[in-house]
Amino acid sequence: MVSAWHQTTALGAAAPKVIKIGPYRIAERLDVALASLATRRGRDKDVARAAKAAKVPLPMPSKAATGSPFGGFWLAPDMWMIEAPFDSHEDIAAHLKAVFGDAASITEQTDAWVRFDVSGGNLVPLFERLSNLDLQALPDGYASRTVIDHLGCYLIKRATTEITLYCPRSSAQSLLHALEVTAKSVI
Amino acid sequence: MIINHPILGPRDVQEFVYLGDAKMMHRPDGMTAGTEAFHDYLYNRDNPAGEHRELWYHEQGDRSWLVVTRNTVTHEITRVELARDVARAEGRSK
Amino acid sequence: MSQPNRISGGQIDRSQSIRFTFDGLPYIGHPGDTLASALLANGVRLMGRSFKYHRPRGPLSAGSEEPNALVQLRSGARQEPNTRATVAELFDGLKATSQNAWPSLRFDAMAINDRLNTFFTAGFYYKTFMWPKSFWEKAYEPIIRRAAGLGAMSRQEDPDEYDKGFLHCDLLIIGAGPAGLMAALTAGRAGVRVIVADEDFRMGGRLNAETFSVGGHSGADWAAAAVAELAGLPNVRLMARSTVVGAFDHGIYSAVERVSDHLAVPEAGKPRQTLWRIYSKRALLSGGATERPIAFENNDRPGIMLAGSLRAYANRWGVAVGDRVAVFTNNDDGLRTALDLQAKGVDVVALIDNREGGALLPGIRHLRGAEVIDSAGWLGLKSITVRQTNGKTETIACTALGVSGGWNPTVNITSHHRSRPEWREDIAAFVPGPAGPAGLTVAGAAAGAMSTHAALATGQSQALAVLVELGIAAKASDLPQAEDAPVAIKPLWYVHSRKGRAWIDQQNDVTVKDIKLAHQENFTAVEHLKRYTTLGMATDQGKTGNVLGIAIMAELTGQSIPATGTTIYRPPYTPVAMGALAGRSRGREFKPFRLTPSHKWAEEQGAVFVEVGNWLRTQWLPRPGETTWRESVDREVLATRKSVGICDVTTLGKIDIQGTDAGVFLDRVYANTFSTLPVGKCRYGLMLREDGMVLDDGTTARMGEHEYVMTTTTANAVTVFRHLEYCRQCLWPDTDVQLISTTEAWAQYSVAGPNARKLLQKLVDQDISDAAFPYMGAGNITVGGLRARLFRISFSGELAYEIAVPTRYGDALIRKLVEAGQEFDAVVYGTEALGVMRIEKGHVAGNELNGQSSALNMGLGKMVSKKKDSIGMVLSQREGMNQPGGYRLVGVKPVDPNGSLSAGSHFMEIGAPVELASDGGWLTSKAYSPHLGCDIALGYLKGGDQKIGQRMRAVNFLTKTDTEIDIVSPHFLDPEGERLRG
Repeated sequence: MVSAWHQTTALGAAAPKVIKIGPYRIAERLDVALASLATRRGRDKDVARAAKAAKVPLPMPSKAATGSPFGGFWLAPDMWMIEAPFDSHEDIAAHLKAVFGDAASITEQTDAWVRFDVSGGNLVPLFERLSNLDLQALPDGYASRTVIDHLGCYLIKRATTEITLYCPRSSAQSLLHALEVTAKSVI
Repeated sequence: MIINHPILGPRDVQEFVYLGDAKMMHRPDGMTAGTEAFHDYLYNRDNPAGEHRELWYHEQGDRSWLVVTRNTVTHEITRVELARDVARAEGRSK
Repeated sequence: MSQPNRISGGQIDRSQSIRFTFDGLPYIGHPGDTLASALLANGVRLMGRSFKYHRPRGPLSAGSEEPNALVQLRSGARQEPNTRATVAELFDGLKATSQNAWPSLRFDAMAINDRLNTFFTAGFYYKTFMWPKSFWEKAYEPIIRRAAGLGAMSRQEDPDEYDKGFLHCDLLIIGAGPAGLMAALTAGRAGVRVIVADEDFRMGGRLNAETFSVGGHSGADWAAAAVAELAGLPNVRLMARSTVVGAFDHGIYSAVERVSDHLAVPEAGKPRQTLWRIYSKRALLSGGATERPIAFENNDRPGIMLAGSLRAYANRWGVAVGDRVAVFTNNDDGLRTALDLQAKGVDVVALIDNREGGALLPGIRHLRGAEVIDSAGWLGLKSITVRQTNGKTETIACTALGVSGGWNPTVNITSHHRSRPEWREDIAAFVPGPAGPAGLTVAGAAAGAMSTHAALATGQSQALAVLVELGIAAKASDLPQAEDAPVAIKPLWYVHSRKGRAWIDQQNDVTVKDIKLAHQENFTAVEHLKRYTTLGMATDQGKTGNVLGIAIMAELTGQSIPATGTTIYRPPYTPVAMGALAGRSRGREFKPFRLTPSHKWAEEQGAVFVEVGNWLRTQWLPRPGETTWRESVDREVLATRKSVGICDVTTLGKIDIQGTDAGVFLDRVYANTFSTLPVGKCRYGLMLREDGMVLDDGTTARMGEHEYVMTTTTANAVTVFRHLEYCRQCLWPDTDVQLISTTEAWAQYSVAGPNARKLLQKLVDQDISDAAFPYMGAGNITVGGLRARLFRISFSGELAYEIAVPTRYGDALIRKLVEAGQEFDAVVYGTEALGVMRIEKGHVAGNELNGQSSALNMGLGKMVSKKKDSIGMVLSQREGMNQPGGYRLVGVKPVDPNGSLSAGSHFMEIGAPVELASDGGWLTSKAYSPHLGCDIALGYLKGGDQKIGQRMRAVNFLTKTDTEIDIVSPHFLDPEGERLRG
């Protein structure tokens, strides 16, 4: 059930923040629920079958997939992060447990991360100062963990001008600061 | 250095944590092996000038433990394997 | 303000003027000028004083190899010492000052050192200031440091910002001279990703400094056209003002881009410099060559410079360094300087050539077989003395002398992985050795291909070879026509002289005499020679002097130059500002912060925060009227023990452990047993390293049949997670266990104290009575319908729970807990009160979990189960770790209740002498216990389990205290644990 308690963003505010710097738009997202899904030993086929039936994407390594209601990206061997709309899937772990039963280990991850969608303009000059990933050469739909400002973040290249970052929630302010100063240095 | 991750391809060494000799995987069974065997396992290491198999952890990546074959003199890396595969091939299980 | 030495031509924009000052005097230059070229144009040859002898000096070179013309740029916080005037780009309003001179550059009092030079030879400091030893730090060193040295730091915070970044390419080209540009054209046209990095602000290398043509155009025009073509290729990135400073493993190079150094102040938001980490599949070094001087007496006077630099000032910058110019050379390249200057209408008074044969230049006084043996002119060259073949000497008046001893290929980066350069007799120079960094090839003069044609040809052929390796087909195109003169050189390192000093390393004032002294005292190996004389150890790293020093040592020892060898070049190629290495990681941004879910609330309350790792945690929450931290902490402790306290414990590591083998896995990683833990319960776990020492501790709850939540200490969360992955993947690879961190997913608060249950029951939807939710219970609950977790665990020793909600509700939860707690006078407590209560309870924490302590040391020896295999079980049984009389955790109270204790004090017996042999262990943690009304401490005491009740002393060498103490149980409070179970 949806709680009546007030929610606070990772930046400590009531509503997600949107920042514009030159052509860049940095938008915090609070409306996505996350859960990790890991295949239990020897249950690969069960997991694949259930995922297909429930339309839960389990992309290949270094890949992200979008869909409705479930999207997701690869985390580790036999492990994925599943995304779904927060409003309909706040208790995403319960939703997924119903789908996968005991074939997978499922853990709520929604608030372990802060999500920033960075878009607009050429993102290469911005991200070559933040991450060692070769953004220019990466295909759309690429997903990888990468270090940004000392923080282990997940970077998803949705398109040339759109990147999703999932970063440790407790460091949201530091990460946003890094994004802002870097954006200002390249505009 | 660049470590060519078997799943993710070339990744900067800055993303990894080094542990040491891959022989660390050969842990004796604590219920049958005694202190001597464990002492040998934990403390006795070769220190080769040349090829060395060693454990690296992709902490800022997919959290895979890797067995990296690296020349300690030239830093040339000739082989990178998932430690889990190596452990299984060496007969380790549960 | 005219520019008396400015002549025609050059790549400067004469339509615009730039105003600048040097030592307060105003001058004018043009865009395209360096500080050195502009000063020379204005007739200023004297730019600095030498390091040791305070000799007047002017520029030796026109590039980054410069040893002499080091100046201070800018003022205030942006003051930068030791900048090479030869590469500093002129900008409007530039303020430059000389350094290492007092009271003025023209009259420097410390030049007395020059008169006393007989004393200041190599090893002088080592020999002279040996005795008395105590004088070194207090007297000798400060005096020497004041007298010697270079510029001064601003002693203010650097106001500029520095960026870091990452670049990727197929081919990195280092140096954009003819070889580099030709390689870039070849690779760029083939479509591969190319980065061209050049330290200069104008690409082209020597082409900008020479007069010969390339493909029918002037070299500079050809370079400009090549750069223009490359700029139009989307796969090519041109990086001027970017010095590649180091080669690292597997194709990684670092480069410093001077983004804003050519501006007075960086544009708003822009960094001053960017440090790039470049990932390359292949790299090509085309860094050209550096000219070297010939040593002769007084060869360091302002106005004496490298012949190629003299020519560069004329050709590139339109500057004649003097009105009467002489050239001293041992090779054909030096002849070009005489020809170029003559063609520019400069009066070339003599060409001194040590070779007897070769071409005789028409229209120039060409003295073949002659040598320059001395010079005159204290603040600037006035004349040189020349000795001809017949032994006759002659003094020739001149104001500039170009010296060419040959050219050294810029091998530096090829040595960064320990490859030693190789000697090539035909060009009398070191060339890159064969074992350079993998993936790096060398072209042009850097490879010993000294002509323009050879540079173009090797640039193209090396690029083609790279393309083949990358699997790309490309054909050689026609090379532009260019000169292809062979190297014609007769090596001459120094001119034998009577007694005076001939400089080799001008920056560190190393002379031929010093090399001879090193030889005499048997410091003949190059590495010894370097350290004994400081040859090559200055900021220029001996770019002009090293080979001379080696060659002279070779002559002295009778060995060949290759047998004498070279020292190894290491990064950085040129000096790098500390700011560039730090990037944005400085001050408050040194590392990112981690904020707890209650941070905003705590800030509103005026909480005092403490850094715990990257976390900012509430240390205590002062209330109005409280003036000391102790007042706040004592209140928080007493209120918690009396009624109830709330504390944010989100920072503790939380790891979700699932899988059908999760229980067995926990049995392996914990010393005690978890597979038998019932669902809905939690247990304290002790985790050992394989050597039997304690790695970490915490509670782990069983949330379902195959589902556990592990808690780690805040400090060890990452280490423990890494260790668990290691166990899972490397030791027991078939174990069905899945791990993920959930530390940040949940906002977790401890609610502790006799009224903890009453408070929580107001919020929790389920019954949490002792019967329904007993001690060490754990489970999923709801609060106002919201999913939550509850654990009945206690660190404080009180009846306590930890309650967790998804982090976005953490702010709501702290406010609701505080509100619900009002009727109980609940407090929120910070890490200090947390620490006090855990010490009162005898719980171990970071100070006791020091990596050198076993379970037995902590009084937890019985927790190590021998019925199952676990990490550390076997080695924890080692004899040495189980001796009676080993360290045991004890409690400590001062005999005098008003006495104070300090952590780090050592246990000693009453009456024992204060010495190492009396050491019985140490106090690990200390707190003031408001509950007991005195200081209390925990400590590791040898045989401590047998010493409870004894009286000892706590001796502290730092605070110089010696306090009588009573050894007590570490459980100061409620040893039976009745409060916990209440």
